[in-house]
Amino acid sequence: MELNSRIPSGPLAEKWDSHRFQSKLVNPANRRKFRIIVVGTGLAGASAAATLAELGYKVDAFCLHDSPRRAHSIAAQGGINAAKNYQNDGDSVFRLFYDTIKGGDFRAREANVYRLAQVSTEIIDQCVAQGVPFAREYGGTLANRSFGGAQVSRTFYARGQTGQQLLLGAYSALSRQINSGGVSMYNRREMMDVVIVDGRARGIVVRNMITGAIESHSADAVLLCTGGYGNAYFLSTNAMASNVTAAWRACKRGAAFANPSFVQIHPTCIPVHGDYQSKLTLMSESLRNDGRVWVPKNKEDKRPPAQIPEEDRDYYLESKYPSFGNLVPRDVASRNAKEQCDLGKGVGSTGLAVYLDFGDAIKRDGEDVILRKYGNLFQMYEKITDSNPMVEPMMIYPAVHYTMGGLWVDYNLMTTVPGLFALGECNFSDHGANRLGASALMQGLADGYFVISTSIGNYFGSETISPVSSTDPAFKEVENDVDTRLQKLLQNSSGGPAGKVTVDDVHKEVGRLLWDNCGMSRNRQGLEHALEELPKIRDKFWSSVYVPGAGEDINQSLEKAGRVADFLEFGEFMIRDALSREESCGCHLREESQTEENEALRDDDNYSHVSVWEFKGDDQAPEMHKEPLVFENVTPSQRSYK
Amino acid sequence: MSSIDLTLKIWRQKNNDSLGDFETYILRDISTDMSFLEMIDVLNEQLTREGKDPVAFDHDCREGICGMCGAVVDGVAHGPDRETTLCQLHMRKFKSGDTIVIEPFRSIAFPIKKDLMVDRSALDRIIQAGGYVSVNTGGTVDGNSIPIGTETAELAMDAAACIGCGACVASCPNSAAMLFTGAKISQLSLLPQGLPERKERARSMVAQMDKEGFGYCSNEKECEAVCPKGISIRNIARMNREFLRSLLLGE
Ligand SMILES: Cc1cc2nc3c(=O)[nH]c(=O)nc-3n(C[C@H](O)[C@H](O)[C@H](O)COP(=O)(O)OP(=O)(O)OC[C@H]3O[C@@H](n4cnc5c(N)ncnc54)[C@H](O)[C@@H]3O)c2cc1C
Ligand code: FES
Repeated sequence: MELNSRIPSGPLAEKWDSHRFQSKLVNPANRRKFRIIVVGTGLAGASAAATLAELGYKVDAFCLHDSPRRAHSIAAQGGINAAKNYQNDGDSVFRLFYDTIKGGDFRAREANVYRLAQVSTEIIDQCVAQGVPFAREYGGTLANRSFGGAQVSRTFYARGQTGQQLLLGAYSALSRQINSGGVSMYNRREMMDVVIVDGRARGIVVRNMITGAIESHSADAVLLCTGGYGNAYFLSTNAMASNVTAAWRACKRGAAFANPSFVQIHPTCIPVHGDYQSKLTLMSESLRNDGRVWVPKNKEDKRPPAQIPEEDRDYYLESKYPSFGNLVPRDVASRNAKEQCDLGKGVGSTGLAVYLDFGDAIKRDGEDVILRKYGNLFQMYEKITDSNPMVEPMMIYPAVHYTMGGLWVDYNLMTTVPGLFALGECNFSDHGANRLGASALMQGLADGYFVISTSIGNYFGSETISPVSSTDPAFKEVENDVDTRLQKLLQNSSGGPAGKVTVDDVHKEVGRLLWDNCGMSRNRQGLEHALEELPKIRDKFWSSVYVPGAGEDINQSLEKAGRVADFLEFGEFMIRDALSREESCGCHLREESQTEENEALRDDDNYSHVSVWEFKGDDQAPEMHKEPLVFENVTPSQRSYK
Repeated sequence: MSSIDLTLKIWRQKNNDSLGDFETYILRDISTDMSFLEMIDVLNEQLTREGKDPVAFDHDCREGICGMCGAVVDGVAHGPDRETTLCQLHMRKFKSGDTIVIEPFRSIAFPIKKDLMVDRSALDRIIQAGGYVSVNTGGTVDGNSIPIGTETAELAMDAAACIGCGACVASCPNSAAMLFTGAKISQLSLLPQGLPERKERARSMVAQMDKEGFGYCSNEKECEAVCPKGISIRNIARMNREFLRSLLLGE
C-alpha cells in the first residue's frame, strides 16, 4: 500500500495558498454534471454538503437520524477555537498551530495543523454571517474564553451549547440548499457499505431504516463524515448511535485506518452508577478552572465529604503538579483519577469517582459568581445525580470522549481509495495523539467549509471519471453482501431467545474488555489478553446473539446489532495498534514507557510516525504501514506540567 | 438510591397504516437513579429475553440537546419535570406502584412510524422554507464588524436554543408549530444578519406551516409549559408581528 500524504512543498505558511493555486478547478458550468455523496450531517457533513451545493455540484446527503440537525455535533458544549487574537493577548495562527501540535504530543502532520489554524478565523466569520448567536461583550464584539488550559483566550462560544449553535448554522445552510434543489437529503438511512468500481469509490449501499429496503446510490465521489467510534467502549460521552460502521466498511474495502488506538478519555464526567447505565454525561472542562480535585488521604476514610477536614484530604493534582494544579491536560487529569481509584481511594458508592469541590471558590467569589459561571452545569448534574454541587462536592470520573484515530487521509482529505474522502472526527488528520479542547468543532468545519471544495475540484479536474449508475453489477454485488450480513444477524432469531444473549450483553462485554485493557493505560500483557479474548466474544455474538423482529421493518435491535458486529471486528485494530506502539503518548500511558516519576514517556526515536493499518481479510491479521512524521518548524519537546 | 415497581401502559403501533393500542407491562426493581429512557431500555431487554418485540422510540444524545427523544407521559409531553427532555427525566420523579401511560407525540403533521416513533420532517421543511440567512461559504466580513449588543445576542440565543423536538406541537390543542417557527423567525429577525430577508422569511415559513397541516395558536400556552428549553411564547408574538409586517409592506 502506497501512502502519499501529498503535502505541498514550500514554507509552512505558504503551503495552503500554493496548494490552492496548483489545484485544478472545475468550470462552474460543468459542476452540475458531478454528483457527490455526503454521508453524515454533523458539522463536517452539513458544512461540506451545503458548500459543495453552493458551488453547483449535485449533492446527495445521508444521515441515520430523523433530521440532519440531530447529529452528535449538537452535543458539544464548550466552544470552538480560532486564531483571531481579538483579545490582543499574543495569539496568532502560529501559536494556535503550535498549541495544537504540541497538545497532540507531536503525532500530527505540521502542514495539516497549520492549515487548520489558518482557516480557523474564516470559520468564525462564516458562522457569524449565518446568524450563529455567539456570546458577546457589552460593546457588541465577540466574547472569548480560555479553554482547556490554553494561555490565550481564543475560544468562541454560545453559552454551553456551542456545538448546537454551530450545527444549526450548518444545518440552515444545508436546508437552504435542500430548498433550492442542490442537495437531496436522505434521512434515516444507514450506510452499510461503499461501492468501488475500477478502483474508485462510486457510491454507497444504505439501509432505509423505516422500510428496511436496501438501496444503492451512485456518484462521482463519496465523502464520509460519520463521526467517531467512542461507543466501541459501550459507555462513552458519545450519542447512542455513534458508530464505526461507515468507516470500518470503507476500511474493509481498502481505505487504510490510522492510529485506531488513539482515544481521548475526558476527566470530568458523571461517574457510572449502575449496570443499566446507557451513556456517560460530560461535565464541561471549564469546571476545573474553579473546582479542586481531591480524595480522602486514607482509603478507609468513608466519612461524607463535608466531615473530612482539610488535613485529611489529598488534593493530589495540586501537590503533584504545582504549576498547573487542577488545570493539567485531560490525559494527566484522567490518569491520576484512575490511579487514585486503583489505590482504593476512590469515593462514592462504586469507589470509582473523585471529588471536584467548589467549596473554596464559593467562599472566595461568593455563590452568585459561581452560579453565574456554572449554574447550567450544576443543574444538569443535579438532575442526573440528585445532588447539588453548591452544597456537596461533585463526583467525577474519566470517560471515553473522542477518537483521534480515524480513516487515513492525505492533505486533500482523500483516503487510500481514490474518490473516497473522510472529514471531521472520522478522519485522523489533525489531532495527533490527543485533541485539545474546542478544536474538534474547528476541524469539522474547516474540513467541510474550506478544505473539501479545493480537494473535490482538484479530483474532478485531474481525473477522468467515467459514468457509473447504481444498476452497475458492482452495486448488485455489494447489495448482496449487505443482505447476507443482515440475514446472518437475524439467523439466531428463529429458535426464540432461550439460552441466547442480547446485543447489549455483548456490547457491554466488549466495551469492558477494551476499557480495561485498551483504555487510559495499557501494557503488553493486558493487550495480548484482550487480543485473545476478543475473538471469543465475536464467536459468541455470531453463534448466540438474539435479534428480535425482521429486516424489512423498523428494527432498532437489528441496527444496534450491525454496529456492535462492526465494533467487534474493529476492536482488533484498536488492540493491535495499541500493542504495536510501545511508547506513552498523548492520551494514553503505555505502562512499560514511563519516566522515573511515573509520567508518560514518549519515544520519538521509534514512534514518530502515524500507524496506518491495512485490512487484509477476515481471518488475517492487518498489516501496519508507517507514515513518518517530519518536524521542520517545531521541535518536539516532552510535556511537563510539574 | 432506592428501587420502585411500576406498571407501564405503552402505545404500540406497527406502522402508520395499522391501528395501535395500549399494552400493559410490569417492571420491578427500577432504580430511581435511572433515566426514563434507561427504564425503557430495561423493559426492552426484558421484552427481548421474552421473545417479544421491543418498544421502538427515538433517542440519541441522552443529554437533552439533540431533540430526538420525546413521548407524552401521563398526558404531558416529555413528562412531569419542567424544562426537561424525556431523556433527562429521572425515575426519582415516580413512586413505587405508579402506573405510567406513555404515548407518542400526536399531530396530523407527525405521522406515527412505529410505537413511540413519529415523523417530524415537517419541522425540517419549515426551516427549508426560509429559516436561514442566504450566505454562501466564503467572502464573509470579519465577525467583529457586525457588533451585536449583549442583550440582543442573549435574546437571539434564547430563541435559538430550540432543539426541534416537537413537544410544542404535541401539547397544543390545535397542533400548532408556532413556538418552533416563532423561535427561528425571532432569532433571525433579532439579529442584523437576518434583516435583509426578514419579510420573505416570515411569509414563506408561515406558508409552509400551513401547508404541513399545523394549526393556529389560540393562546393556550401549553407549548411554553412543556418546552424543555423554556422557549417563551413571546417568540410567537414576535413572529406574528413579523408576519403582519411582511403583509403590510408587501413586496
Ligand atoms: C459531549 C461532547 C462535548 C463536546 N464538546 C466539544 C467542544 O466543546 N468543542 C469541540 O471542539 N469539540 C467537542 N466535542 C467533540 C465534537 O463534538 C465532535 O468531535 C464533532 O462534533 C464531530 O463532528 P462530525 O461532523 O465529525 O461527526 P458527528 O457530528 O458525530 O456526525 C456524524 C454524522 O454521521 C451520521 N452517520 C454516522 N454513521 C452513519 C452511517 N453508518 N450511515 C449514515 N449516517 C451515519 C450521523 O447521522 C451524523 O449525521 C464534544 C464531544 C462530545 C461527545
Ligand atoms: S435523546 Fe437527545 S434530547 Fe433526548
